[in-house]
Amino acid sequence: MSRLRTLHDLAPVAFAALVALGGFAGVATAGVLPEDRADILYHRYDGGGVTIDGPSLLVRKKFLEKFSVSANYYVDMVSSASIDVVTTASPYKEQRDQYSLTFDTMRGKTTYSLGYTNSKENDYQADTAFFGLSHDLFGDLTTISMSFARGWDIVQQRDAITGGVDPDFREHVDRRTYSMGLSQVLTRNLVAGASFETITDEGFLNNPYRTVRYVDPTSAVGFSFEDEIYPRTRTSNAVSIRGRYFLPYRAAVHAEYRYYNDTWGILAHTGELGYTHPLGEKWIFDLKYRYYTQDAADFFSDLFPRAQAQNFLARDKELSTFVSHTAGFGATYEFPGGIPYMPRFVKKGTLNVRWDHIFFDYSDFRDIRVSGVAAGTEPLYSFQADVLQLFVSIWF
Amino acid sequence: MSTSVGARRIAKIACLLAASTLLAACSSVEPWVKPYERDHLADPIMAFDRDPVSSAYLHHVFESREGARGAAGSAGGGCGCN
Repeated sequence: MSRLRTLHDLAPVAFAALVALGGFAGVATAGVLPEDRADILYHRYDGGGVTIDGPSLLVRKKFLEKFSVSANYYVDMVSSASIDVVTTASPYKEQRDQYSLTFDTMRGKTTYSLGYTNSKENDYQADTAFFGLSHDLFGDLTTISMSFARGWDIVQQRDAITGGVDPDFREHVDRRTYSMGLSQVLTRNLVAGASFETITDEGFLNNPYRTVRYVDPTSAVGFSFEDEIYPRTRTSNAVSIRGRYFLPYRAAVHAEYRYYNDTWGILAHTGELGYTHPLGEKWIFDLKYRYYTQDAADFFSDLFPRAQAQNFLARDKELSTFVSHTAGFGATYEFPGGIPYMPRFVKKGTLNVRWDHIFFDYSDFRDIRVSGVAAGTEPLYSFQADVLQLFVSIWF
Repeated sequence: MSTSVGARRIAKIACLLAASTLLAACSSVEPWVKPYERDHLADPIMAFDRDPVSSAYLHHVFESREGARGAAGSAGGGCGCN
């Protein structure tokens, strides 16, 4: 069975998870450690022939007044028959398990965080260590933060026939992430933030299962496939700004923009607008729209003119030119502690649903499932995806 | 040679003085939003990241399917309401 991974590039994801799940989330309440809280979430992504679902469990607890620990267990169960898979490989199923542990401690106005994440699939392992600190200034109106993460990935390949791991294929990736953040209270109704992040990768960065296509007059369909080849280094820079404003009738609007570029030639813009509306004391509703656009990597092509046409070759649609539109809706219902069937230590809880609908529209990646047309003239590919989250949160 | 060493020393002192002045200015900044004026900022609807377990998942969804990565979180999102 031949496979195509869909969950590569895990270390930046693991780092983002650490930042979000660990103490840095606690920075949002400056000068105090994160609240004691537990969340259990079911997630499901369905789109483009790929279904990924699973649970995520997060528990965060303070101890000895100055310390906090959080642990997260996250699972992706993948069932893939994506366009890449059905055109060059066979549908497959696999599972990724991720464990994260983060410690935070506070000394004066400074919070220190230390974290570790391990992510495993049957042919890929990612370990990430993280250190960060944040500091409050100017009467707690300003919070500055910085962090460093180091990741070590092991890339393996499963044999197309036996399904076992190929003992002769074992590659590594070394990742470093440098982040800085600033949060600023501007008025009694407006808070703003800015982030900057540089990520460097070195090692085997492509997908051992993925191929590119090239013009081949000897083939009946006019093209053939060969392995993709990526550079062994990549450095990216991303800078973002965001703001959140409290409306006079107790509601909030938020806006965010991110600029991104990297040494592979990808340039991307991300924008988001959102609105949060409480209804009484029990309900909170969220609406948002997100827009994303990127240019292709320098070495991307949907159809190369010949075999080995250049030193680097990619036909991964994530490296192509495309836009995506996301419309999101969320609802939160808050229930008090002390209700029947709820343990006594629970102070309050929420039931939550989030639904995001994403439309991906590619400008130079073609749908080669369409036959009977000349190579390179197939219709451009697009697909839609639904992302569902159901979760329960309790504070204790 | 001695001139450049002297110039470097003067530059160092100037930098130290500038840093000290900036730090002194920082310490004397009065919070323009008083603690008792931060009730709106303390409202959960004003949190940049109200549910970290959910936002971490959504970042993962986008980073797995888009070329861009990083600076998408809410790190450092302080409300200064404590």
